[in-house]
Amino acid sequence: MENHREEEALLARLGRGEEAAFAALVDKLHGRLYAFARTFTTSPALAEDIVQETWLAVIRGLAGFEGRSSLRTWIFGILVRRAKTVASREARRPEVPYPGANGHAENSGEEWDLGYGRRGLWERAPVPWGLEDPAAVFQTKEALEIIDQAVREMPETQRQVVLLRDVEGLEAADACNILGLSETNQRVLLHRGRARVRRALDRYLQGQTDLAGPLMGSARTRGERA
Amino acid sequence: MNCVEAIDVMGDAAEDRLDPSCSAGFQEHIEECPPCATYYEQLRITRLALRNLDPAAPEAPARRAELITSFRRAFGERKN
Repeated sequence: MENHREEEALLARLGRGEEAAFAALVDKLHGRLYAFARTFTTSPALAEDIVQETWLAVIRGLAGFEGRSSLRTWIFGILVRRAKTVASREARRPEVPYPGANGHAENSGEEWDLGYGRRGLWERAPVPWGLEDPAAVFQTKEALEIIDQAVREMPETQRQVVLLRDVEGLEAADACNILGLSETNQRVLLHRGRARVRRALDRYLQGQTDLAGPLMGSARTRGERA
Repeated sequence: MNCVEAIDVMGDAAEDRLDPSCSAGFQEHIEECPPCATYYEQLRITRLALRNLDPAAPEAPARRAELITSFRRAFGERKN
């Protein structure tokens, strides 16, 4: 996200009560917090409540924020605590599972597991994507939708790790703290999550080769039209 | 380094956080193993793509207004 100096400037503006700075922060993180809140509940309304309570807790805590972590890390940590509170309050509702912090029993499917190759190393070697410009993958609306869908289909804890580590760019240690995961468990979940997204992209991109020649050139055009 | 060991550290490598003690071995393996090289390239792209994801939430103007009001109460009435 922002570097340290930008964050200090933002905190100073917030401390001076600049509403525009706060509004911009809300607008920047709101969708991200909502996506993360959805890992704690299947209810969209409850996820919105969790995010709202998170922001209110941010406002209450901002004056005491000491910058020992990044602002983003701090806010996502608050969300986890709010989510647990809300989830326990709503515990009688069966559609609000809190997935716990272990992340076990989440199968990796057909990909590698860390430390264990599949029987017969690379019995099916990955086929190169042959992208002229790899950046096109994440500048294409269609490809981003594929990725978003793959993330949404992950088991909760795996999704939490992928959102914090890769989408939000948090440090491994911070993600472990926030989620109460061991470093090893976090690594495994992150690997499985990335593997799942890679697989989804692979299916999408390999499918494209049948349709058009210069792969992402055509995909980008479609993305812009969409 | 073999494929299993290379895959084991590939996530760290994709984040440019590979432990220096295995950096040379990893590079060597990637150069001589096309499937791992392909997988590594795809993992790097996958991670970059995830970094570019920008999840959206339903529009909630009333809630947003409530937050800004709360912020104003907590930090004074100053406008910008």
